[in-house]
Amino acid sequence: MSNRIFALVALAVALALAAVTQLIPNEYFFSAAYTVLLFVILATAWNILGGYTGYVNFGSAAFFAIGAYTTVFFYNAFKAPLAVGIVAGTLVAGLAGLGLGYLTLRLRGVFFAIASLALAVVLYIFIVNWDYVGGARGAYVLQPKEIPFGLPRYIHLIYAVQLVMAAFALVVARAIEHSTLGRGLAAIRDDELAAECSGVPTLRLKIFSTMVSCALMGMAGTTFPYYLSYIEPSSAFSLSYTVNSIAMPLIGGMMSWMGPLIGAVLLGTVQQVVQVTVSSAWNLLIVGVLLVLFVTLAPNGIMGWVDAWRRRRGR
Amino acid sequence: MEVSWALLANAVIAGLLLGGFYAAMSVGISISFGMLDVVNIAHPAFIILGSYIAYIVNDRFGLDPIVVSVVVSPLFFVLGAVLYRVYYYCFERRGQESLRGLAFFFGILFITEVALVLIFGVDYRMVSSRYGDVTWRLGEVGFPMRLVVPFLVAMVMVIGLQLFLTRTFFGRAVLAVAQDQLALRLMGVNPVRVKELAFAISIATAGIAGAFLIVIQPVQPAIGREFIGLVFAVCVLGGMGSILGTLLGAFVLGLAESFTSTFFGPSWAPAVSFGLLLATLAFRPSGILGR
Repeated sequence: MSNRIFALVALAVALALAAVTQLIPNEYFFSAAYTVLLFVILATAWNILGGYTGYVNFGSAAFFAIGAYTTVFFYNAFKAPLAVGIVAGTLVAGLAGLGLGYLTLRLRGVFFAIASLALAVVLYIFIVNWDYVGGARGAYVLQPKEIPFGLPRYIHLIYAVQLVMAAFALVVARAIEHSTLGRGLAAIRDDELAAECSGVPTLRLKIFSTMVSCALMGMAGTTFPYYLSYIEPSSAFSLSYTVNSIAMPLIGGMMSWMGPLIGAVLLGTVQQVVQVTVSSAWNLLIVGVLLVLFVTLAPNGIMGWVDAWRRRRGR
Repeated sequence: MEVSWALLANAVIAGLLLGGFYAAMSVGISISFGMLDVVNIAHPAFIILGSYIAYIVNDRFGLDPIVVSVVVSPLFFVLGAVLYRVYYYCFERRGQESLRGLAFFFGILFITEVALVLIFGVDYRMVSSRYGDVTWRLGEVGFPMRLVVPFLVAMVMVIGLQLFLTRTFFGRAVLAVAQDQLALRLMGVNPVRVKELAFAISIATAGIAGAFLIVIQPVQPAIGREFIGLVFAVCVLGGMGSILGTLLGAFVLGLAESFTSTFFGPSWAPAVSFGLLLATLAFRPSGILGR
């Protein structure tokens, strides 16, 4: 399937899903589905750098929060609508990723990982001390009164926007995976030295994939202030975004765009159920334990099982 | 702003005392990350675990937290040995340490934190000790005992480790692993065994550092991740795999944090370590005493 056709199909599926599910009478569905879709975007974005290139980013929460707080900033400064926040948040997060990548991707991979973790803490403290966007108290972002497309409530709109953005993230990931760029990234993942020797411009490719990955994470965050119409630093920088965006691709499988999607939908749904039936602390414990179990026992994730099964049947 | 000498002297003393404590927290990372090339980002989780063990025993039996931590350090040693075995068989042997090994340690960090939250809740816990509220005064400069005692014990631990690594046969084997694993194999030594023991030592130091932490400040499960940047900053700042470098890096960081919180306010202090880390990685990745 060519990229253009896939993009059209993905968009059509997203819009159809958005339209059909509007019939669901349960309000909770939209808030739960919003969260699962948020994880689909984060996991897909993380996988562009983590799965395709082999570099671990521990700063998912930071880039997510950059997206969210850019929206807050533009809301406070110009009363800008959501669309402006989405574009600006994506760009700012991409720039932050570019900067981080430029500074640390020349070094060994672990330094990038540690620096990304450090970035999350520095930004957190910066936001806590920055009163214009609410500081430690948090900020209110009012949902607009009139809602387009005749939707009954604002959460319905945010959910639909999130669906389209998730489709967009998947299209980008798939396009990268199937391009020469993607092959270059795979070469870096498998053996960076050999890739460099064969003429792959490793540093440029790494920086580019970091930028795209971080921009998409930022995009996931842009709708977040509108979701609860309130945002505060510790929820925007929550470690659960980081751990989920790593666990989901690992559990789904990191080699293709389908892995993060499967992982995010599965793990995201399980978490929503556990959060309602048990408690949110237990739900985080489950994510952590699943992460460790999969990474030690099933390193290729669910897609790895599928591939093995296919190969056996083909023989 | 007029800088008063007493304020300055107090900031220097507090920074140095804090630096000693940071050295104790980071010396384990200096061994595991700097020498063994095992990127143990779960190190702070074991520090917090050490804090909670010291807290439980102190709360129940009123024993001194630092004494407790030294007594239970063999437990941490065993825990470290087991952890390294798992890490070796699942990741290092298959050459998957860079991505999946990191994710593994991150998972361990996260599980420890959430488990502690489930058991103890998110309240801050603290210990009581005989020296907790005592402060010696030398003119206008204060020496709070809750910083001085951990500082002294930390110095003994760090200098002891340095002597152990440079003077004993086994310690030199660890340094040899850091330099060239293949050469060690060719001489008929099993580097995995050496690394297992060295990693176990690094986790044991984390347990002891945990007791220092809870003597110095109240502890809750989530503060562990704030120390990830700190321990790696100290390790990278001083130069990878050098214990003396770690000591130096710890003092630099302690002073920087102490000055920041004295002159800019304590809410900025945690950003210092991460800022220093980012700056070091960007401009001098080999650190102060780097090879």
